[in-house]
Amino acid sequence: MSGRDVVLARIRRALTDVPRSEAPDDVPVPRSYERAHVPDGETSDALVDLLAENLADYRALVHRTDADGLPTLLRRLLLEHGSETVLVPPGLPTWWLESADATRVHDRAASTPAELDAVDSVVTGCAVAIAETGTIVLDGGPDQGRRRITLIPDHHVCVVRVPDQVVASVPRALERLDPTRPLTWISGPSATSDIELDRVEGVHGPRTLEVVLLTE
Amino acid sequence: MSGRVHLGMPAFPEAAASATRNARLRGNLSHATGTIRAKRAQAVAELSDWDALRAAGAAVKDRTLRHLDHYLERLEEAVTAAGGTVHWAADAAEANRIVTDLVRATGETEVVKVKSMATQEIDLNAALERAGIRAYETDLAELIVQLGDDLPSHILVPAIHRNRGEIRDIFREEMGRWGRPAPKGLTDDPAELAEAARLHLREKFLRAKVGVSGANFMVAETGTLVVVESEGNGRMCLTLPETLISVVGIEKVVPTWQDLEIFLQLLPRSSTAERMNPYTSMWTGTTDSETADGPRVFHLVLLDNGRTDALADTVGRQALRCIRCSACLNVCPVYERAGGHAYGSAYPGPIGAILTPQLRGTASELDASLPYASSLCGACYEVCPVAIDIPQVLVHLRERVVEGGEVTVRGQRTTIRPARGHAAERAAMRAARWAFDHPRALLAGQRLASRTRRLHPRRLPGPGRAWTATRDLPTVPAESFRDWWRRTRNVRGEARGEGGGR
Repeated sequence: MSGRDVVLARIRRALTDVPRSEAPDDVPVPRSYERAHVPDGETSDALVDLLAENLADYRALVHRTDADGLPTLLRRLLLEHGSETVLVPPGLPTWWLESADATRVHDRAASTPAELDAVDSVVTGCAVAIAETGTIVLDGGPDQGRRRITLIPDHHVCVVRVPDQVVASVPRALERLDPTRPLTWISGPSATSDIELDRVEGVHGPRTLEVVLLTE
Repeated sequence: MSGRVHLGMPAFPEAAASATRNARLRGNLSHATGTIRAKRAQAVAELSDWDALRAAGAAVKDRTLRHLDHYLERLEEAVTAAGGTVHWAADAAEANRIVTDLVRATGETEVVKVKSMATQEIDLNAALERAGIRAYETDLAELIVQLGDDLPSHILVPAIHRNRGEIRDIFREEMGRWGRPAPKGLTDDPAELAEAARLHLREKFLRAKVGVSGANFMVAETGTLVVVESEGNGRMCLTLPETLISVVGIEKVVPTWQDLEIFLQLLPRSSTAERMNPYTSMWTGTTDSETADGPRVFHLVLLDNGRTDALADTVGRQALRCIRCSACLNVCPVYERAGGHAYGSAYPGPIGAILTPQLRGTASELDASLPYASSLCGACYEVCPVAIDIPQVLVHLRERVVEGGEVTVRGQRTTIRPARGHAAERAAMRAARWAFDHPRALLAGQRLASRTRRLHPRRLPGPGRAWTATRDLPTVPAESFRDWWRRTRNVRGEARGEGGGR
């Protein structure tokens, strides 16, 4: 017998107390929990404020701007970080970085991790942002690129289009996401609680996370 | 440098007795668990619907467990359709053999690992080392344990028994033997220690060709795997290597994508007391070559290793709901004093006390002692995000140890004999049952006990001595409750006057 047959046979023997007529969906799951914890009819401004507050609470640096201000803001953030090179996903709107001086490095399948390690910053968009938890979610879309480009550089600037990309809660975020895409949920910069169960920011992922809330 | 394993450990009482004499260990543990307890309570209080989420989490897990074969077959289909390969391992040896063969097939001699309870449970690192393959742990706490040639003592923070000064010493002395040495002048500042780990591991991440992980959740409907983490070492291991091998317990499957909305709220708040952990990775099989993102080869190893034995026990089954948050460890007065090593397993604390004897059986003295590693205070049940009634299972397993009976071991139904050393307890229970079934005898016995109360010793002789060594023998009242009831009420049960009591 294969391992598969052994394990499945053991499971079936173990479940002799489950009536044969019972279908999986016959086991009740009470879903009386909230779809979101913000009041119904909360304005989109309030959601964006909550997102900003929770991002900052976990040490992300939050900035707000509109389309006119975005190129200058991105230029400033890269300058202040001392970045000479910046990773750019293939579908990042070119005007976002039109004022930036840093040399563009493109997201290519052939790049080695060591090459990416030499890049100072990365600028991306996102798929969705969750206000209640201060989370941004990347799904590898054209303005976000491969997962590794937001992982290896030490400085990640993520642009969230508000209010369109902001949802209140985890349940609402999952409704918007496509499970077949590789997903990365990010809540603040890399951190650890491994030393005396106390949170310290800055381990392997980007140690600086800047989130730009872009009003459209 | 293989790390140690939980073999030949003494029974819990001996191990705990020695641990509780270690003042530094107790200090480290009470500081760390005290810190997280207060934060968890706050993170949970932020959600007004916590009880509803908890009930839903328990129900989803129960649904999954009652139809586990169905969901595993759906999962296998979905993972395969997405380009992954699914393997099934009945026990630790089979899982280790599968992983070793897969790594060998790549021609590589080192792997980077994300923290995984399942691979700790099967002692994968030692199996790989025997095959000439070096496994690097990349979670900060796992790194501390590996460098210190130590054993993990907590589910979430395996090095919880080490304080910052000890961690600095381990880094200074050991990092050089494994790769990049610790920076000169390293202090015990946690931020500096985290930086040292970043520098030490980076070269390993950048050259890694094979990653090994576990998973927190697997979605049957979509074939999606989920890894929840904080540091980014998980993202490194899951995205940079060409080959990814995930070893996951069969109970980690959930039916639908939507079900994640429950667990992604329950887990971070129960575990690290955060609204959301810094990084969560979700992947479904592999991506095609044009937009390739992450490993091109993905293997999923589904692990039984005793889980189906627990599944066969209708009371003990609920232990398989566990999402490994470790909240029960952090509130447990026994864990806080005894530490994780005394439990002799990858799974310490209250959940370990019910999981280990079910996964491994109760044949060894250590495993038979685990259901007793509790005061039954119930704090673990209160905080459990999937409502596992740990005290209920503990009592159930104590009965199994004392009385023996029918259990499933390695998939075979078998009858185990009562454990040795519980003869007095069994005799007392049998006597009690007889007495309660024979009220006249009980009454006579109680009256006799009352009349002779001045003659009772303060310490029991013979096998009862151990019991009274740490407890006072209860004093017998001059009059039994039954006699008092009869005396203060009339025989027909009518209250007598105003002083009749209630």
